[in-house]
Amino acid sequence: MVDEQRQPQQVRVKIPSLREDLEGLTPGTVVYLDGVVYTAREGVYKKVLDEGAPLPLDLPAVSDANFHCSPAAAREPDGRYNVGGVTATASFRFSQWMPQWFEKSGARIIIGKGGMSADDYRNLFVPAGAVYLTTVGYGTGALLGRGIKRVRDVFWLEELGIAQAMWVFEVENFGPFLVDSDLQGNSLFEQHTRQINARLGEVYAGLGPPALGRFGETDDRSDELV
Amino acid sequence: MISHQAVEQAAYDIMTKAAIDIPEDYLGGIKEMVTTEKAQLSCFVLQSMVENWEAASEDRRPMCADTGLPRYYVKVGNDARIEGGFVALERALRSATARATHDVPLRPNRVHPLWRTDHNNNVGINAPEIDWSFEPDADWIDITTVHKGGLFGTDYRMLFPGDGIDGIKRFYLDTLIAFGKRGLACQPAIVGVGLGGSKDTSMVLGKQAACLRIVGDRNPDEKIAALELELTDIGNNIGMGPMGFVGSSMVVDCHIEVGYTHTGGMPMSVHTFCLSSRRATARLHADGTVAFRTDPKWFTPYMRRESIEWSTSKDSLSKSV
Repeated sequence: MVDEQRQPQQVRVKIPSLREDLEGLTPGTVVYLDGVVYTAREGVYKKVLDEGAPLPLDLPAVSDANFHCSPAAAREPDGRYNVGGVTATASFRFSQWMPQWFEKSGARIIIGKGGMSADDYRNLFVPAGAVYLTTVGYGTGALLGRGIKRVRDVFWLEELGIAQAMWVFEVENFGPFLVDSDLQGNSLFEQHTRQINARLGEVYAGLGPPALGRFGETDDRSDELV
Repeated sequence: MISHQAVEQAAYDIMTKAAIDIPEDYLGGIKEMVTTEKAQLSCFVLQSMVENWEAASEDRRPMCADTGLPRYYVKVGNDARIEGGFVALERALRSATARATHDVPLRPNRVHPLWRTDHNNNVGINAPEIDWSFEPDADWIDITTVHKGGLFGTDYRMLFPGDGIDGIKRFYLDTLIAFGKRGLACQPAIVGVGLGGSKDTSMVLGKQAACLRIVGDRNPDEKIAALELELTDIGNNIGMGPMGFVGSSMVVDCHIEVGYTHTGGMPMSVHTFCLSSRRATARLHADGTVAFRTDPKWFTPYMRRESIEWSTSKDSLSKSV
Protein backbone atom coordinates (compact mmCIF):
# COMPACT_ATOMS: atom_id res chain seq x y z
CA MET A 1 0.00 0.00 0.00
CA VAL A 2 1.39 3.36 -0.98
CA ASP A 3 1.70 5.61 2.06
CA GLU A 4 -0.22 8.71 1.05
CA GLN A 5 0.25 10.83 4.13
CA ARG A 6 4.02 10.77 4.57
CA GLN A 7 5.72 14.08 3.74
CA PRO A 8 8.42 13.43 1.17
CA GLN A 9 11.89 13.44 2.66
CA GLN A 10 14.33 15.86 0.97
CA VAL A 11 18.08 15.32 0.58
CA ARG A 12 21.01 16.88 -1.28
CA VAL A 13 23.50 14.59 -2.98
CA LYS A 14 27.00 15.53 -4.18
CA ILE A 15 28.22 14.29 -7.55
CA PRO A 16 30.30 12.19 -8.17
CA SER A 17 28.24 10.24 -5.67
CA LEU A 18 29.33 8.35 -2.59
CA ARG A 19 27.99 4.85 -2.06
CA GLU A 20 26.72 5.79 1.40
CA ASP A 21 24.69 8.69 -0.03
CA LEU A 22 23.02 6.41 -2.55
CA GLU A 23 22.30 3.84 0.17
CA GLY A 24 20.23 6.44 2.00
CA LEU A 25 17.86 6.95 -0.94
CA THR A 26 14.47 5.24 -0.88
CA PRO A 27 11.64 5.40 -3.44
CA GLY A 28 9.83 8.73 -3.14
CA THR A 29 12.75 10.65 -1.60
CA VAL A 30 13.08 14.17 -3.08
CA VAL A 31 16.65 14.77 -4.27
CA TYR A 32 18.62 17.90 -5.19
CA LEU A 33 22.05 17.49 -6.78
CA ASP A 34 25.32 19.45 -6.53
CA GLY A 35 28.30 18.92 -8.81
CA VAL A 36 28.52 17.95 -12.46
CA VAL A 37 25.76 16.29 -14.52
CA TYR A 38 26.00 15.30 -18.19
CA THR A 39 23.35 14.54 -20.80
CA ALA A 40 23.43 11.38 -22.89
CA ARG A 41 20.55 9.82 -24.83
CA GLU A 42 20.25 7.83 -28.06
CA GLY A 43 22.58 10.11 -30.05
CA VAL A 44 25.45 9.77 -27.57
CA TYR A 45 24.78 6.07 -26.87
CA LYS A 46 24.93 5.25 -30.58
CA LYS A 47 28.07 7.35 -30.99
CA VAL A 48 29.96 5.76 -28.11
CA LEU A 49 28.53 2.26 -27.85
CA ASP A 50 27.58 1.42 -31.44
CA GLU A 51 30.25 3.40 -33.32
CA GLY A 52 32.97 3.06 -30.69
CA ALA A 53 33.83 6.76 -30.31
CA PRO A 54 35.98 7.36 -27.20
CA LEU A 55 34.38 9.15 -24.25
CA PRO A 56 35.24 12.85 -24.57
CA LEU A 57 35.66 13.34 -20.80
CA ASP A 58 36.90 11.37 -17.83
CA LEU A 59 33.89 9.40 -16.59
CA PRO A 60 32.99 8.68 -13.81
CA ALA A 61 35.72 10.87 -12.25
CA VAL A 62 34.03 14.06 -13.49
CA SER A 63 30.48 12.83 -13.09
CA ASP A 64 28.53 9.63 -12.56
CA ALA A 65 25.13 11.24 -13.20
CA ASN A 66 23.67 10.72 -16.67
CA PHE A 67 20.62 12.86 -17.45
CA HIS A 68 18.27 11.64 -20.20
CA CYS A 69 17.51 15.10 -21.43
CA SER A 70 17.96 17.80 -24.01
CA PRO A 71 18.25 21.39 -22.95
CA ALA A 72 16.42 24.36 -24.43
CA ALA A 73 19.69 26.05 -25.30
CA ALA A 74 21.22 28.33 -27.88
CA ARG A 75 24.77 29.33 -28.79
CA GLU A 76 25.36 33.07 -28.66
CA PRO A 77 27.61 34.82 -31.19
CA ASP A 78 30.28 35.25 -28.47
CA GLY A 79 30.43 31.47 -28.00
CA ARG A 80 28.54 31.39 -24.70
CA TYR A 81 25.58 29.07 -24.24
CA ASN A 82 22.22 30.31 -23.09
CA VAL A 83 20.45 27.45 -21.29
CA GLY A 84 16.86 28.39 -20.54
CA GLY A 85 15.53 25.16 -19.17
CA VAL A 86 16.05 21.43 -19.11
CA THR A 87 13.42 18.72 -19.10
CA ALA A 88 13.89 14.97 -19.15
CA THR A 89 12.88 12.66 -21.94
CA ALA A 90 11.24 9.24 -21.40
CA SER A 91 13.91 6.73 -20.37
CA PHE A 92 12.20 3.42 -21.14
CA ARG A 93 13.48 3.41 -24.71
CA PHE A 94 17.15 3.55 -23.73
CA SER A 95 17.30 0.27 -21.81
CA GLN A 96 19.04 -1.53 -24.71
CA TRP A 97 22.15 0.64 -24.19
CA MET A 98 22.22 0.74 -20.38
CA PRO A 99 24.32 -2.38 -19.57
CA GLN A 100 27.20 -1.26 -21.80
CA TRP A 101 26.80 2.35 -20.72
CA PHE A 102 27.07 1.46 -17.02
CA GLU A 103 30.24 -0.47 -17.80
CA LYS A 104 31.80 2.21 -19.98
CA SER A 105 30.83 5.34 -18.03
CA GLY A 106 30.62 4.10 -14.47
CA ALA A 107 27.30 5.93 -14.09
CA ARG A 108 25.61 5.43 -10.71
CA ILE A 109 22.75 7.89 -11.09
CA ILE A 110 20.43 7.86 -14.08
CA ILE A 111 18.03 10.78 -14.29
CA GLY A 112 15.11 10.82 -16.69
CA LYS A 113 11.39 10.83 -17.23
CA GLY A 114 9.08 8.05 -16.13
CA GLY A 115 11.59 5.49 -14.95
CA MET A 116 12.38 2.13 -16.48
CA SER A 117 10.81 -1.27 -16.00
CA ALA A 118 11.13 -3.18 -12.74
CA ASP A 119 12.99 -5.86 -14.74
CA ASP A 120 15.51 -3.29 -15.96
CA TYR A 121 16.12 -2.19 -12.40
CA ARG A 122 16.62 -5.75 -11.17
CA ASN A 123 18.72 -6.92 -14.11
CA LEU A 124 20.68 -3.80 -15.06
CA PHE A 125 20.63 -1.19 -12.30
CA VAL A 126 21.08 -3.33 -9.18
CA PRO A 127 24.21 -5.13 -10.53
CA ALA A 128 25.64 -1.75 -11.61
CA GLY A 129 24.99 -0.23 -8.16
CA ALA A 130 22.90 2.52 -9.76
CA VAL A 131 19.78 4.39 -8.74
CA TYR A 132 17.16 6.03 -10.95
CA LEU A 133 15.87 9.55 -10.31
CA THR A 134 12.84 10.87 -12.16
CA THR A 135 12.12 14.51 -12.85
CA VAL A 136 8.91 15.88 -11.34
CA GLY A 137 5.82 16.87 -13.23
CA TYR A 138 6.92 16.48 -15.91
CA GLY A 139 8.42 19.65 -17.01
CA THR A 140 9.90 21.60 -14.11
CA GLY A 141 12.15 22.96 -16.85
CA ALA A 142 12.48 26.42 -15.32
CA LEU A 143 13.37 25.16 -11.82
CA LEU A 144 15.98 22.82 -13.28
CA GLY A 145 17.27 25.60 -15.51
CA ARG A 146 17.88 27.70 -12.38
CA GLY A 147 20.03 24.91 -10.96
CA ILE A 148 22.45 24.99 -13.89
CA LYS A 149 25.26 27.34 -12.96
CA ARG A 150 27.51 26.89 -15.98
CA VAL A 151 27.89 24.91 -19.20
CA ARG A 152 31.24 23.26 -18.62
CA ASP A 153 31.44 21.56 -22.00
CA VAL A 154 29.39 20.40 -24.92
CA PHE A 155 30.48 17.58 -27.22
CA TRP A 156 29.31 16.60 -30.71
CA LEU A 157 27.16 19.72 -30.98
CA GLU A 158 27.59 20.12 -34.74
CA GLU A 159 27.24 16.45 -35.50
CA LEU A 160 24.32 15.55 -33.24
CA GLY A 161 22.55 18.90 -32.89
CA ILE A 162 21.53 20.75 -29.72
CA ALA A 163 19.00 18.12 -28.63
CA GLN A 164 21.29 15.08 -28.92
CA ALA A 165 24.69 16.60 -28.10
CA MET A 166 26.47 15.68 -24.86
CA TRP A 167 26.10 18.64 -22.49
CA VAL A 168 28.13 18.86 -19.29
CA PHE A 169 26.56 21.10 -16.67
CA GLU A 170 27.87 22.41 -13.36
CA VAL A 171 24.83 22.34 -11.09
CA GLU A 172 23.85 23.56 -7.65
CA ASN A 173 20.71 22.61 -5.73
CA PHE A 174 19.60 21.02 -9.01
CA GLY A 175 16.12 19.53 -8.71
CA PRO A 176 13.60 18.47 -7.64
CA PHE A 177 13.97 14.81 -8.54
CA LEU A 178 12.20 11.81 -7.02
CA VAL A 179 13.92 8.51 -6.36
CA ASP A 180 12.16 5.88 -8.46
CA SER A 181 14.55 2.95 -8.06
CA ASP A 182 16.78 2.52 -5.02
CA LEU A 183 19.91 0.34 -4.85
CA GLN A 184 17.73 -2.75 -4.27
CA GLY A 185 15.61 -2.05 -7.36
CA ASN A 186 12.46 -1.09 -5.40
CA SER A 187 10.45 1.11 -7.75
CA LEU A 188 8.12 3.95 -6.80
CA PHE A 189 6.29 3.77 -10.14
CA GLU A 190 5.78 0.04 -9.76
CA GLN A 191 4.33 0.46 -6.25
CA HIS A 192 1.88 3.10 -7.42
CA THR A 193 0.90 1.33 -10.63
CA ARG A 194 0.17 -1.87 -8.71
CA GLN A 195 -2.22 -0.01 -6.43
CA ILE A 196 -3.97 1.73 -9.35
CA ASN A 197 -4.25 -1.53 -11.32
CA ALA A 198 -6.13 -3.15 -8.45
CA ARG A 199 -9.09 -0.83 -9.10
CA LEU A 200 -9.14 -0.93 -12.91
CA GLY A 201 -11.81 -3.63 -13.10
CA GLU A 202 -14.14 -1.32 -11.24
CA VAL A 203 -13.24 1.64 -13.50
CA TYR A 204 -14.18 -0.34 -16.62
CA ALA A 205 -17.30 -1.96 -15.13
CA GLY A 206 -20.06 -2.31 -17.73
CA LEU A 207 -17.95 -1.09 -20.66
CA GLY A 208 -17.78 -3.89 -23.24
CA PRO A 209 -15.15 -4.27 -25.97
CA PRO A 210 -15.66 -2.34 -29.23
CA ALA A 211 -17.04 -4.04 -32.35
CA LEU A 212 -13.71 -3.89 -34.17
CA GLY A 213 -10.59 -5.06 -32.39
CA ARG A 214 -7.02 -4.30 -33.42
CA PHE A 215 -3.61 -5.90 -33.37
CA GLY A 216 -2.08 -5.28 -30.02
CA GLU A 217 -5.26 -6.47 -28.35
CA THR A 218 -4.22 -9.83 -29.75
CA ASP A 219 -0.62 -10.77 -30.47
CA ASP A 220 -1.62 -13.44 -32.98
CA ARG A 221 -1.45 -11.79 -36.41
CA SER A 222 -3.53 -14.63 -37.90
CA ASP A 223 -6.48 -13.60 -35.70
CA GLU A 224 -9.48 -11.86 -37.22
CA LEU A 225 -10.26 -8.58 -35.51
CA VAL A 226 -14.03 -8.49 -35.99
CA MET B 1 -3.57 46.31 -44.71
CA ILE B 2 -1.66 44.22 -42.17
CA SER B 3 2.11 44.31 -42.76
CA HIS B 4 4.12 41.11 -42.83
CA GLN B 5 6.60 42.67 -40.37
CA ALA B 6 3.72 43.06 -37.90
CA VAL B 7 2.82 39.40 -38.45
CA GLU B 8 6.41 38.31 -37.87
CA GLN B 9 6.77 40.34 -34.67
CA ALA B 10 3.41 39.20 -33.27
CA ALA B 11 4.24 35.57 -34.04
CA TYR B 12 7.63 35.97 -32.34
CA ASP B 13 5.95 37.52 -29.29
CA ILE B 14 3.37 34.74 -28.90
CA MET B 15 6.08 32.08 -29.30
CA THR B 16 7.84 33.72 -26.35
CA LYS B 17 4.70 34.17 -24.25
CA ALA B 18 3.54 30.60 -24.89
CA ALA B 19 6.90 29.19 -23.83
CA ILE B 20 7.18 31.19 -20.61
CA ASP B 21 3.74 32.13 -19.21
CA ILE B 22 1.25 29.43 -18.22
CA PRO B 23 -2.28 30.42 -19.34
CA GLU B 24 -4.35 31.68 -16.39
CA ASP B 25 -7.28 29.31 -17.03
CA TYR B 26 -5.00 26.29 -16.81
CA LEU B 27 -3.16 27.65 -13.76
CA GLY B 28 -6.54 28.18 -12.05
CA GLY B 29 -7.53 24.58 -12.85
CA ILE B 30 -4.31 23.19 -11.37
CA LYS B 31 -4.52 25.38 -8.26
CA GLU B 32 -8.00 24.02 -7.65
CA MET B 33 -6.66 20.48 -7.99
CA VAL B 34 -4.03 21.25 -5.34
CA THR B 35 -6.93 21.81 -2.93
CA THR B 36 -8.84 18.64 -3.89
CA GLU B 37 -5.91 16.21 -4.33
CA LYS B 38 -5.68 14.02 -1.23
CA ALA B 39 -2.72 11.84 -2.22
CA GLN B 40 0.40 13.42 -0.80
CA LEU B 41 2.87 12.60 -3.58
CA SER B 42 0.46 13.72 -6.33
CA CYS B 43 -0.07 16.95 -4.40
CA PHE B 44 3.71 17.46 -4.17
CA VAL B 45 3.97 17.14 -7.96
CA LEU B 46 1.20 19.71 -8.55
CA GLN B 47 2.80 22.16 -6.13
CA SER B 48 6.18 21.70 -7.83
CA MET B 49 4.59 22.57 -11.17
CA VAL B 50 3.06 25.75 -9.71
CA GLU B 51 6.53 26.72 -8.38
CA ASN B 52 8.00 25.96 -11.79
CA TRP B 53 5.58 28.29 -13.57
CA GLU B 54 6.39 31.04 -11.06
CA ALA B 55 10.12 30.52 -11.70
CA ALA B 56 9.53 30.62 -15.48
CA SER B 57 7.66 33.93 -15.29
CA GLU B 58 10.14 35.50 -12.84
CA ASP B 59 13.25 34.49 -14.79
CA ARG B 60 11.62 34.81 -18.24
CA ARG B 61 12.81 31.29 -19.07
CA PRO B 62 10.80 28.49 -20.72
CA MET B 63 8.58 26.53 -18.33
CA CYS B 64 9.48 23.26 -20.06
CA ALA B 65 12.57 22.47 -22.09
CA ASP B 66 10.70 20.12 -24.39
CA THR B 67 9.41 22.60 -26.91
CA GLY B 68 7.11 19.94 -28.34
CA LEU B 69 6.13 20.67 -31.91
CA PRO B 70 5.54 24.41 -32.08
CA ARG B 71 2.87 25.27 -34.64
CA TYR B 72 0.27 27.86 -35.62
CA TYR B 73 -3.47 28.24 -36.01
CA VAL B 74 -4.45 31.25 -38.08
CA LYS B 75 -7.96 32.64 -38.28
CA VAL B 76 -8.37 35.19 -41.05
CA GLY B 77 -11.22 37.69 -41.05
CA ASN B 78 -12.98 37.62 -44.39
CA ASP B 79 -12.21 41.32 -44.88
CA ALA B 80 -8.58 41.22 -43.68
CA ARG B 81 -5.86 42.21 -46.13
CA ILE B 82 -2.28 41.10 -45.68
CA GLU B 83 0.71 42.75 -47.31
CA GLY B 84 2.25 40.17 -49.64
CA GLY B 85 -0.74 37.87 -49.23
CA PHE B 86 -0.85 34.47 -47.58
CA VAL B 87 2.55 33.43 -48.88
CA ALA B 88 4.16 36.38 -47.08
CA LEU B 89 2.21 35.47 -43.94
CA GLU B 90 3.44 31.87 -44.01
CA ARG B 91 7.00 33.04 -44.57
CA ALA B 92 6.70 35.43 -41.60
CA LEU B 93 5.53 32.59 -39.34
CA ARG B 94 8.51 30.44 -40.33
CA SER B 95 10.90 33.33 -39.78
CA ALA B 96 9.39 34.09 -36.34
CA THR B 97 9.77 30.42 -35.37
CA ALA B 98 13.46 30.39 -36.21
CA ARG B 99 14.10 33.70 -34.43
CA ALA B 100 12.20 32.68 -31.26
CA THR B 101 13.95 29.30 -31.20
CA HIS B 102 17.28 31.06 -30.77
CA ASP B 103 16.18 33.93 -28.55
CA VAL B 104 13.86 32.31 -25.95
CA PRO B 105 15.60 29.78 -26.35
CA LEU B 106 13.37 26.93 -27.48
CA ARG B 107 14.77 23.46 -27.95
CA PRO B 108 15.17 22.77 -31.67
CA ASN B 109 13.00 19.67 -31.71
CA ARG B 110 12.22 19.44 -35.40
CA VAL B 111 14.25 16.91 -37.35
CA HIS B 112 13.83 15.01 -40.60
CA PRO B 113 11.99 11.76 -39.75
CA LEU B 114 14.53 9.55 -41.53
CA TRP B 115 17.81 11.46 -41.71
CA ARG B 116 17.33 13.24 -38.36
CA THR B 117 18.64 16.46 -39.94
CA ASP B 118 18.19 19.32 -37.47
CA HIS B 119 18.25 22.90 -38.73
CA ASN B 120 18.36 24.01 -35.07
CA ASN B 121 15.45 26.39 -35.66
CA ASN B 122 12.26 24.27 -35.56
CA VAL B 123 11.71 24.89 -39.27
CA GLY B 124 11.72 22.17 -41.90
CA ILE B 125 9.59 20.26 -44.37
CA ASN B 126 5.95 20.71 -43.26
CA ALA B 127 7.14 22.38 -40.07
CA PRO B 128 5.81 24.40 -38.37
CA GLU B 129 2.30 23.33 -39.29
CA ILE B 130 -0.07 26.18 -40.11
CA ASP B 131 -3.81 25.46 -39.83
CA TRP B 132 -6.17 27.98 -41.41
CA SER B 133 -9.73 29.03 -40.66
CA PHE B 134 -11.89 31.99 -41.63
CA GLU B 135 -14.27 34.34 -39.87
CA PRO B 136 -17.09 36.34 -41.48
CA ASP B 137 -17.53 40.09 -40.90
CA ALA B 138 -14.02 40.63 -39.54
CA ASP B 139 -10.95 42.51 -40.76
CA TRP B 140 -8.43 41.13 -38.22
CA ILE B 141 -6.14 38.10 -38.18
CA ASP B 142 -5.82 35.87 -35.11
CA ILE B 143 -2.55 33.99 -34.84
CA THR B 144 -2.31 31.32 -32.16
CA THR B 145 0.74 29.26 -31.38
CA VAL B 146 0.61 25.98 -29.50
CA HIS B 147 3.68 24.16 -28.15
CA LYS B 148 2.34 20.70 -27.46
CA GLY B 149 4.46 17.70 -26.59
CA GLY B 150 4.89 15.41 -29.53
CA LEU B 151 5.30 11.80 -28.41
CA PHE B 152 2.62 10.50 -26.02
CA GLY B 153 -0.97 10.93 -24.93
CA THR B 154 -2.79 10.69 -28.25
CA ASP B 155 -4.65 7.84 -29.91
CA TYR B 156 -7.16 7.25 -32.70
CA ARG B 157 -9.71 4.50 -33.17
CA MET B 158 -12.52 3.71 -35.60
CA LEU B 159 -15.58 3.06 -33.48
CA PHE B 160 -19.04 2.24 -34.83
CA PRO B 161 -22.48 3.60 -33.92
CA GLY B 162 -23.24 0.34 -32.10
CA ASP B 163 -20.30 0.96 -29.76
CA GLY B 164 -22.29 3.91 -28.43
CA ILE B 165 -21.38 6.28 -25.61
CA ASP B 166 -19.97 3.33 -23.67
CA GLY B 167 -17.52 2.71 -26.52
CA ILE B 168 -16.44 6.35 -26.30
CA LYS B 169 -15.92 6.07 -22.54
CA ARG B 170 -13.92 2.88 -22.92
CA PHE B 171 -11.55 4.22 -25.56
CA TYR B 172 -11.17 7.45 -23.57
CA LEU B 173 -10.16 5.42 -20.50
CA ASP B 174 -7.85 3.24 -22.61
CA THR B 175 -5.94 6.30 -23.83
CA LEU B 176 -5.71 8.00 -20.43
CA ILE B 177 -4.57 4.83 -18.68
CA ALA B 178 -2.16 3.73 -21.43
CA PHE B 179 -0.34 7.06 -21.45
CA GLY B 180 -1.11 8.06 -17.86
CA LYS B 181 1.06 5.31 -16.39
CA ARG B 182 4.40 6.81 -15.30
CA GLY B 183 2.87 10.11 -16.41
CA LEU B 184 3.92 9.86 -20.05
CA ALA B 185 0.92 12.05 -20.96
CA CYS B 186 2.24 14.76 -18.58
CA GLN B 187 -1.13 14.87 -16.84
CA PRO B 188 -3.20 16.46 -15.39
CA ALA B 189 -4.13 17.71 -18.81
CA ILE B 190 -6.83 19.34 -20.85
CA VAL B 191 -8.16 16.37 -22.80
CA GLY B 192 -9.57 16.87 -26.28
CA VAL B 193 -11.88 14.37 -27.93
CA GLY B 194 -12.55 14.45 -31.66
CA LEU B 195 -15.65 12.60 -32.81
CA GLY B 196 -16.69 11.99 -36.40
CA GLY B 197 -15.59 13.58 -39.62
CA SER B 198 -13.26 11.55 -41.80
CA LYS B 199 -10.42 9.84 -39.95
CA ASP B 200 -8.00 12.73 -40.34
CA THR B 201 -10.72 15.21 -39.33
CA SER B 202 -11.38 13.37 -36.08
CA MET B 203 -7.66 13.65 -35.27
CA VAL B 204 -7.58 17.36 -36.12
CA LEU B 205 -10.75 18.13 -34.14
CA GLY B 206 -9.51 16.29 -31.05
CA LYS B 207 -6.20 18.12 -31.13
CA GLN B 208 -7.89 21.48 -31.57
CA ALA B 209 -10.37 20.67 -28.78
CA ALA B 210 -7.45 20.01 -26.41
CA CYS B 211 -5.27 22.94 -27.43
CA LEU B 212 -7.63 25.73 -28.52
CA ARG B 213 -10.37 25.73 -25.86
CA ILE B 214 -9.82 26.96 -22.31
CA VAL B 215 -10.60 25.36 -18.95
CA GLY B 216 -14.29 25.84 -18.15
CA ASP B 217 -15.40 26.32 -21.76
CA ARG B 218 -18.38 24.12 -22.75
CA ASN B 219 -19.60 22.88 -26.11
CA PRO B 220 -22.76 24.79 -27.14
CA ASP B 221 -24.62 21.47 -27.63
CA GLU B 222 -25.99 20.84 -24.14
CA LYS B 223 -25.77 17.06 -24.38
CA ILE B 224 -22.17 17.22 -25.57
CA ALA B 225 -21.43 19.69 -22.76
CA ALA B 226 -22.84 17.17 -20.27
CA LEU B 227 -20.67 14.43 -21.78
CA GLU B 228 -17.60 16.70 -21.43
CA LEU B 229 -18.29 17.03 -17.71
CA GLU B 230 -18.95 13.30 -17.35
CA LEU B 231 -15.69 12.40 -19.10
CA THR B 232 -13.79 14.86 -16.88
CA ASP B 233 -15.25 13.09 -13.87
CA ILE B 234 -14.52 9.61 -15.22
CA GLY B 235 -10.89 10.56 -15.84
CA ASN B 236 -10.46 11.89 -12.32
CA ASN B 237 -11.93 8.72 -10.83
CA ILE B 238 -9.43 6.30 -12.37
CA GLY B 239 -7.42 6.61 -9.17
CA MET B 240 -4.45 8.04 -11.02
CA GLY B 241 -2.81 11.44 -10.68
CA PRO B 242 0.24 13.27 -12.03
CA MET B 243 3.19 11.06 -13.07
CA GLY B 244 0.91 8.03 -12.79
CA PHE B 245 1.00 8.19 -8.98
CA VAL B 246 -2.03 7.28 -6.91
CA GLY B 247 -4.32 10.29 -6.95
CA SER B 248 -7.38 11.99 -8.40
CA SER B 249 -5.86 14.70 -10.61
CA MET B 250 -5.90 13.47 -14.18
CA VAL B 251 -8.16 15.71 -16.27
CA VAL B 252 -8.27 19.47 -15.78
CA ASP B 253 -11.07 19.69 -18.32
CA CYS B 254 -12.42 17.70 -21.26
CA HIS B 255 -13.47 19.25 -24.56
CA ILE B 256 -15.34 17.45 -27.32
CA GLU B 257 -15.61 18.61 -30.93
CA VAL B 258 -17.68 16.83 -33.56
CA GLY B 259 -17.85 16.62 -37.34
CA TYR B 260 -20.47 14.97 -39.51
CA THR B 261 -19.17 11.50 -40.32
CA HIS B 262 -19.78 8.39 -42.42
CA THR B 263 -23.20 6.92 -41.65
CA GLY B 264 -21.60 3.61 -40.71
CA GLY B 265 -18.85 4.91 -38.43
CA MET B 266 -17.90 6.93 -35.35
CA PRO B 267 -14.16 7.68 -35.56
CA MET B 268 -12.70 8.99 -32.32
CA SER B 269 -9.45 10.59 -31.24
CA VAL B 270 -8.17 11.50 -27.78
CA HIS B 271 -5.44 14.11 -27.18
CA THR B 272 -3.93 15.24 -23.88
CA PHE B 273 -2.50 18.76 -23.73
CA CYS B 274 0.35 18.45 -21.21
CA LEU B 275 1.14 20.05 -17.84
CA SER B 276 2.84 22.84 -19.75
CA SER B 277 -0.24 23.85 -21.76
CA ARG B 278 1.57 26.38 -23.88
CA ARG B 279 -0.67 28.54 -26.03
CA ALA B 280 -0.86 32.23 -26.85
CA THR B 281 -2.85 34.29 -29.34
CA ALA B 282 -2.32 37.65 -31.03
CA ARG B 283 -5.04 39.58 -32.83
CA LEU B 284 -3.68 41.86 -35.54
CA HIS B 285 -6.14 44.60 -36.40
CA ALA B 286 -6.32 46.39 -39.72
CA ASP B 287 -5.16 49.63 -38.04
CA GLY B 288 -1.86 48.04 -37.03
CA THR B 289 -2.65 47.46 -33.34
CA VAL B 290 -1.98 44.06 -31.76
CA ALA B 291 -3.79 42.56 -28.76
CA PHE B 292 -2.50 39.47 -26.93
CA ARG B 293 -4.55 36.88 -25.04
CA THR B 294 -4.44 33.22 -23.97
CA ASP B 295 -7.90 32.16 -25.17
CA PRO B 296 -7.59 31.26 -28.87
CA LYS B 297 -11.39 31.60 -29.46
CA TRP B 298 -10.97 29.18 -32.34
CA PHE B 299 -14.35 27.43 -32.30
CA THR B 300 -16.71 30.21 -33.38
CA PRO B 301 -20.34 29.63 -34.42
CA TYR B 302 -19.09 29.89 -38.00
CA MET B 303 -16.59 27.06 -37.36
CA ARG B 304 -19.36 24.86 -35.96
CA ARG B 305 -21.97 25.76 -38.59
CA GLU B 306 -24.28 22.86 -39.37
CA SER B 307 -25.91 24.00 -42.60
CA ILE B 308 -25.23 26.25 -45.59
CA GLU B 309 -25.83 29.42 -43.59
CA TRP B 310 -24.60 30.22 -40.11
CA SER B 311 -25.69 32.02 -37.01
CA THR B 312 -24.19 35.40 -36.24
CA SER B 313 -26.59 36.32 -33.46
CA LYS B 314 -25.17 37.89 -30.31
CA ASP B 315 -26.75 35.04 -28.39
CA SER B 316 -24.81 32.26 -30.06
CA LEU B 317 -21.62 34.33 -30.02
CA SER B 318 -21.77 34.87 -26.28
CA LYS B 319 -22.43 31.18 -25.73
CA SER B 320 -19.39 29.81 -27.47
CA VAL B 321 -16.83 32.53 -27.98
